[in-house]
Amino acid sequence: MQVVETDVAVIGAGGAGLRAAIAVAETAPDLDVAVVSKVLPMRSHTVAAEGGAAGVIRGEDSLDAHFDDTVSGGDWLCDQDAVELFVEDAPKQLTRLEHWGCPWSRTPEGGVNTRPFGGMKIERTWFAADKSGFHILHTLFQTSLKYPSIKRFDEFFSAELLVDEGRVAGVVAIEVRTGEIWCFKAKSVIIASGGAGKVYPFTTNGAIKTGDGMAMAYRAGVPLKDMEFVQYHPTGLPGTGILLTEGCRGEGGYLTNKHGYRYLQDYGLGPPEPSPRKKAMELGPRDRLSQAFWHEMQKGNTIDTPYGEAINLDLRHLGEDKINERLPFVRDLATSYMRADPVHVPVPVRPVVHYMMGGIHTDIDARTSIEGLFAAGECAAVSINGANRLGSNSLTELLVFGDRAGKHAAQFAREAAPADNAARIDAQAEDCARKIENIYAREERKESTAELRRTMADAMEEGCGIYRDEGRIRSTCETLADLRHRLPGTALKDKSKVFNTDLLSILELENMLEVAESLAHSAYARSESRGSHQRLDHTGRDDDTFLKHSMAHYRGDQAPEIGYLDVVITKSPPGERLYGGAADAKAQKVEAAE
Amino acid sequence: MTVQNRQIEVLRYDPERDETPRFETFTVPCKEEWVVLDALTYIKDELDPSLTFRWSCHMAVCGSCGMQVDNKPTLSCKAFVRDYGEKIRVEPLANFPIERDLVISQDDFMEKLQRGRPWIIPEQKREVEDGPYVQTPMQLDDIKEHTMCINCLLCYAACPVYALERDFVGPAALTLMYRYNADSRDAGWDERREVFAGHGGVWECSFVGACSDVCPKHVEPATAIQKGKMDSAVDYFTRFLMPGGGK
Repeated sequence: MQVVETDVAVIGAGGAGLRAAIAVAETAPDLDVAVVSKVLPMRSHTVAAEGGAAGVIRGEDSLDAHFDDTVSGGDWLCDQDAVELFVEDAPKQLTRLEHWGCPWSRTPEGGVNTRPFGGMKIERTWFAADKSGFHILHTLFQTSLKYPSIKRFDEFFSAELLVDEGRVAGVVAIEVRTGEIWCFKAKSVIIASGGAGKVYPFTTNGAIKTGDGMAMAYRAGVPLKDMEFVQYHPTGLPGTGILLTEGCRGEGGYLTNKHGYRYLQDYGLGPPEPSPRKKAMELGPRDRLSQAFWHEMQKGNTIDTPYGEAINLDLRHLGEDKINERLPFVRDLATSYMRADPVHVPVPVRPVVHYMMGGIHTDIDARTSIEGLFAAGECAAVSINGANRLGSNSLTELLVFGDRAGKHAAQFAREAAPADNAARIDAQAEDCARKIENIYAREERKESTAELRRTMADAMEEGCGIYRDEGRIRSTCETLADLRHRLPGTALKDKSKVFNTDLLSILELENMLEVAESLAHSAYARSESRGSHQRLDHTGRDDDTFLKHSMAHYRGDQAPEIGYLDVVITKSPPGERLYGGAADAKAQKVEAAE
Repeated sequence: MTVQNRQIEVLRYDPERDETPRFETFTVPCKEEWVVLDALTYIKDELDPSLTFRWSCHMAVCGSCGMQVDNKPTLSCKAFVRDYGEKIRVEPLANFPIERDLVISQDDFMEKLQRGRPWIIPEQKREVEDGPYVQTPMQLDDIKEHTMCINCLLCYAACPVYALERDFVGPAALTLMYRYNADSRDAGWDERREVFAGHGGVWECSFVGACSDVCPKHVEPATAIQKGKMDSAVDYFTRFLMPGGGK
């Protein structure tokens, strides 16, 4: 076993992980940082984000407005102290990124341009055409190269955290190219490993998004928070699930049903207007739009395609020039994968699993309940996203909380007293190595990894989709328990040490099953409807019982235990979520009363 | 959805078992809308879990899945099977050492990328309070296409110079250096000069243009390198031929 001694270990090299590593390098250049990632940094899924990153920059905008949009968008399940901090730091983080070379789209005068986004009252989404995540990731990666204290371990699969007496001591990882086990001994550890969209069959998420970091923290005893809140993005390509950015609608695109009718006006989002109006119609929040699709499907108003039901995303009226300038990637993706050039024809789209609001429970400084262990990005739940994330808040979240995680992890590494636990930690690392050897040693391949994965994903869509009910969630929970029981029946066909992806897929499946189980049980326990969690058997929001975060605790082979934690409310008492004309009417009424 | 059987002929190589690479052919029932990557994941899930390749986003932006498809450097997630014959040959990217099956070593590229100092080197330090730089749309246009590189390495597999000259920094890394040199926010030319215009730099390029031909993101590395040669010539002229080094 190879041993690396470092001050801070970062698991994951996407937006949050790289931002965290840079924060350590800038605030504490004397500390060593080891960035341990299962893929090369530029392959991390931040790369696929398209639309942009939210941060107040326009004169007519305000931090309060960004706060209000985020909290009501999250159906009041956001922790408001975290949101206050987030909106305040957002423009600073985006400016830093600009200084580091991010090629943001510009106004004619040379300022940073912004575009409207769903659920946001004012244009505050900074964008780099429709490849914002790609540019953010590459800017962070390239910038990270200038710090000598950052040492990268690319294509190292983190398998288990090392934790002793409530304090983190490092992480055990497999060097993919050799199969060798490495032990990273660290004073503090930051998990920034992204979400777990691959627990579903139809997702915008890349193959790598298997919830590894979430599962590692969960097994180590950190609760997973608000896992039942899963974002379906309203506009993915049928079949592949390829994302077409909300920027399409920010630029003025329409959603129409099979009659060519802008059906969102029937779901409390109207009235329809020819050009985009903020927080209305196509610029409503993602949960509402995906739910409206489901209702249209029940009514028989959707379009039957070879890859399932769909509605149309119509961009034709924007014209070729605007599409080429603002949405060139969308045009390329729709034309290549759907054979539908949006300049000439509407593009069929449907809701697709996109983002996990829930994740590793942290406080506003990215700390977890294990000393020295931090988490940031999609794998974490701070929580600024509550029951429904607004588009373009998550790219900014990577920066704000990646930075905080880095700074606090650096401080912890510097100040923490040395632990006298070397023997126990070494024994844990040996246990992990043995577990992997045991997988190699399994003789009989009773179960197919791919088959178990498919069964899991189908069960998740069936029981934990856009609309849920008790019976179907229970049946999903049963399927997941059965799959966890069957998992040891998998075995390797590939016995090589070199780049063994057969082995990784078993470890990833184990992680996914644990994350999926935390999700399904949290969904089962929450007998109300809020944001993205819609229960057909409990249709109303129940603040008396459920204005609380769900906390899923790992219990080994048993189903998780679900507890609750109060939501932090600082200045916005829970209210009604209103969009479109209804929001205007309410605002006028309030104004008249004043 | 029509399904058609295709023969996928894949290069296999496991350094623990194979003396030399070999080919193995799989019969795959390909759906009409599939890409070559879908055929490979089908093989891995249904026929042989030991087949080894990199992939993630399946939307041509993460840059993981570059391969030789019918002898041409290609992103396998954007190579539609309908555009190929009944038999499709898939090999690891040319010009790189093979780690296993379709997985190549990217170490050489990562080292060259770092050496090019691909980050903003400002004239003077700028604080957050100073706000964003002013950069006009025209200034952005100067670099825009060259910022689009996804590091998929197809250009290295296509480059006849890199095939022969391992010291050549190569299309993607040089383009990135050009992109920073040409950025209105950057003043790092001097720090990058030696790598950019010295041994292994832009002057090694014989301007065949194969890099731009295979680039899936229209980054135009060939153009960036030619523009870089001009910048380097002007730099040389001002430093050595103008009185006072052009200052």
